[in-house]
Amino acid sequence: MSFSGVLSQLLEIVIAIALAPLLSGWVNQWRAWLQNRSAPGLLQPYRMLHKLFNKESMVADHASSLFRMAPYLKFGCMVLACSIIPTLSTDLPLAPAADTIALVGLFALARVFISLAAMDIGTAFGSMGARREMLVGFLAEPALLTVLFSASLISKSTSLTTIVETLAHRDFAIYPGMAFAAVAFLMVSLAENARVPIDNPATHLELTMLHEALLLEYSGRHLALLEWAASLKLFAYSCIGLALFFPWGIAEARAPAAMLLALPALLFKLGVGGFLVAVWETVNAKMRIFRVPEFLATAFLLAVLGMLVQLLLAR
Amino acid sequence: MTQWLALDWILAVVGGWLLISVAGMVAVRRLGLVAHLLFPLGGLLGLALAGLALAALEGAPQLAVLPIGLPSLPFHLRLDSLSAYFLLVVGAASSGISVFAAGYFRKGEGTAPGLLCLEYHVFLVSMVGVILADDAYAFMVLWETMALSSYFLVTANHRLAEVRSAGYLYITMARIGAIAILLCFGVLQAGTGDYTFANMRAQALAPAWTSIGFLLAVFGFGAKAGILPLHVWLPEAHPAAPSPVSALMSGVMLNTAIYGLLRVTLDLLHLRLWWWGAVLLAAGLVTALFGVVFASVQVDMKRLLAFSSIENMGLLFVGIGLSLIFASFGLQQMSALALMATLYHVASHACFKSLLFLGTGSVLHATSERNLGKLGGLIRTMPWVAWLTLLGALTCAGLPPLGGFVSEWLLLQSFLFAPALPLPLLNMLIPVVAAVIALVSALAGYTMVKFFGVIFLGQPREEKLARAHDAGPWERAGMAWLACGCVALGLLPTRFVQVIDPVTRQLLGADLGQRVAGSSWLLAPNSTEQASYGPVAFLMGILGCFALAYVVVRLLYHGRLRRGPAWACGFPFGTARMQDTAEGFGQPIRQIFEPFFMMRRELPTAFDQRPRYLVVVADHFWRWFYVPLIDLANYLAQLMSLLQQGRISVYLMYSFLTLLATLLVVMS
Repeated sequence: MSFSGVLSQLLEIVIAIALAPLLSGWVNQWRAWLQNRSAPGLLQPYRMLHKLFNKESMVADHASSLFRMAPYLKFGCMVLACSIIPTLSTDLPLAPAADTIALVGLFALARVFISLAAMDIGTAFGSMGARREMLVGFLAEPALLTVLFSASLISKSTSLTTIVETLAHRDFAIYPGMAFAAVAFLMVSLAENARVPIDNPATHLELTMLHEALLLEYSGRHLALLEWAASLKLFAYSCIGLALFFPWGIAEARAPAAMLLALPALLFKLGVGGFLVAVWETVNAKMRIFRVPEFLATAFLLAVLGMLVQLLLAR
Repeated sequence: MTQWLALDWILAVVGGWLLISVAGMVAVRRLGLVAHLLFPLGGLLGLALAGLALAALEGAPQLAVLPIGLPSLPFHLRLDSLSAYFLLVVGAASSGISVFAAGYFRKGEGTAPGLLCLEYHVFLVSMVGVILADDAYAFMVLWETMALSSYFLVTANHRLAEVRSAGYLYITMARIGAIAILLCFGVLQAGTGDYTFANMRAQALAPAWTSIGFLLAVFGFGAKAGILPLHVWLPEAHPAAPSPVSALMSGVMLNTAIYGLLRVTLDLLHLRLWWWGAVLLAAGLVTALFGVVFASVQVDMKRLLAFSSIENMGLLFVGIGLSLIFASFGLQQMSALALMATLYHVASHACFKSLLFLGTGSVLHATSERNLGKLGGLIRTMPWVAWLTLLGALTCAGLPPLGGFVSEWLLLQSFLFAPALPLPLLNMLIPVVAAVIALVSALAGYTMVKFFGVIFLGQPREEKLARAHDAGPWERAGMAWLACGCVALGLLPTRFVQVIDPVTRQLLGADLGQRVAGSSWLLAPNSTEQASYGPVAFLMGILGCFALAYVVVRLLYHGRLRRGPAWACGFPFGTARMQDTAEGFGQPIRQIFEPFFMMRRELPTAFDQRPRYLVVVADHFWRWFYVPLIDLANYLAQLMSLLQQGRISVYLMYSFLTLLATLLVVMS
């Protein structure tokens, strides 16, 4: 474990925690502009978090300790996820602790806990949200794993750092399998982050609720942590996407100085990605919840197809 | 006096269990004695068995001959790495279950406590015996003892008609499976008339016969493990049995089927054909998907767990199948990895499934309710049971950093890094199987959220649940022991991999030893660059962030908290009946996987005076496979009844004709 490794690890965690709300703010700002509204400031998510942390937490009388511990747990899971995904550098001492399969397991752990916490209060909304969240989860999880498997088959490794290093260093070659995987990944990440067309992050209305239904009973610092965790999740998914499909610019252990270049590269890539998400959310509408399984099953099949194409062409 | 070997000590443990069962027989009605002395003592012996098995894992095979049974046909016993590993699982899991049982059995529930004690310990003894048996005779006698003793345990509440019919179905399926196993041994001894396993190992059968033997073994042991389409007894027998018995059957007895399959295919048979592996892989995959889809729509908590057992047995078959495929192409290292995943899952399944069944037992005792729709909110009245069950549920869902995830991880690794096989089709399909396994494990997560959430979270759906009491100290101790198993299997994978190594070395001649031993905290079957998983660092990472967030929020801001009524979007009329039910939670699955089910729905109309909603989800196999089979059997039986005239003169004529026919045969 080298000094530069520890440094890049810490830097990466700090950057993730600090920048994640900014990414949400960026997407929200662009969406407002594209929809001809006057936009909230770029720093609005930070002000929101600050306000929520200052407020008192209101907890239902019969809530169990599971309910109170879930926000911290989800926050912890998301921070760990961001720390093992190579965003700036592939020289991460924590990365061997979890490969892609464990990363998906990490997201699943967070999802299970937050769904259980939503069921804990026992209101109709909470349990409905938990059911829908798990529905999205059980279809999105295998799709995400399959996308990652496709990348693993190219690099003969499930370790994310190795995947990124292999993909960044290869000669320019077109992998048709990865094209399928990219589409599948896009669909999965929209679903997992409760974006249009699965959920609408801008509303609390009952019929559009998925992510919001889970947070309905939370307030104060618990809500702040959950919102922060949600933006960390968006950040993590964006970084997985960038690492798999646009891995250029991420520093490696042999060249720690490249970290200086890695940050602007990351900001640029996230900026473009966030803009595209805003465009996507503006030109699309939310679909009915009954159509969601179809959407996600398509993602899963595309991912499997991508893997098959990958295998067919590799031999 | 000669030195006692591990096998002798294990036989002493078995003797101890037999003594306990005799003592239970003597004190049939004395619940206090049976519960607080005999069952804990049995648990202690289970622990001793686990310790002895652990010590015997590395050693050379030990043999013994017991002069039981027919004069010229003694019981041959053999303790090698494979049997030692399964004994370890039996001992460790059964000790937790026995301690739980000490607090579980109450007065006035069907069979008398002493009798239950007798059946329970005979069941344990027979399972140990099956694993130790070294000839077909001993194996079959003990296999049947196992089936019979568990049959009596299943029918402990024999006053209920449904329990009796569940027991009947169970014993029927057990018989059918046993016949196939008997035939399999018949094939394996190759006409020599010597039924010891040593002789079977020495036989070089023709490939066709070997395949027949293999298929018979798959059928026979598949019936015990609940592989499609022989799964129908599991969801009936598990709910009918008292919970410790369900735990023992699901967590421990099903493993004997896996043991038998491994013993026959990888030890007794020499040939490894790739299509054997493909058969197991396909059967296991279909079973796993079927099991988990059905588990997610169940409304009875024990039926749900029974279907989840079907799923896990399917996954184990997938692992064995993959191991066979690799072995057939001479890839011993990969084969060892797949077998490692399978054996790891055997241990974690034994821990979490026993734990979950014990949890349902405590809930059943506290509420006398098995229907998920009438439970809810028990985490507040039964915190011990709830939190321990949560550990089991998370393990069952295959979430890191617990035991179920490690086996899933190892299995996925062996699928992904399969080197090029000479068969292109197989090459293509193997990674796709990995995708399906990912789907199965994600669905298991859905099922477990439903299971735990509906039972323990939310508001109590019935008034009586407010008076539910937590489990007693015995029950807590038993569950805590199994929960420790789940956590330890999750956090110390390198340690447990080294425990399993001798088994893969014995069966396949390859192990993960050196490659894993390199790092004590990181599990990396090949190299760290390729894949690694460090559960301790993983857990520390989450807990560290958890603690840091907790402290920092309190330092920078405050930790004030106010309690009030639930908000529920300001909707003022919320009652406990408005929560999502188990049926509701299963609805998306019923919709997505509609062709899997045979559904009968009764929906109320707007004008019903007494609206009634009913969904019955049934299994296609029962309607289209078993019912025709039963009809056929009935029809044949009726044909036979034509012979049964009931008049003595007719029977005498039959005897006369038989005699005549015999004479004719003898004369010619």
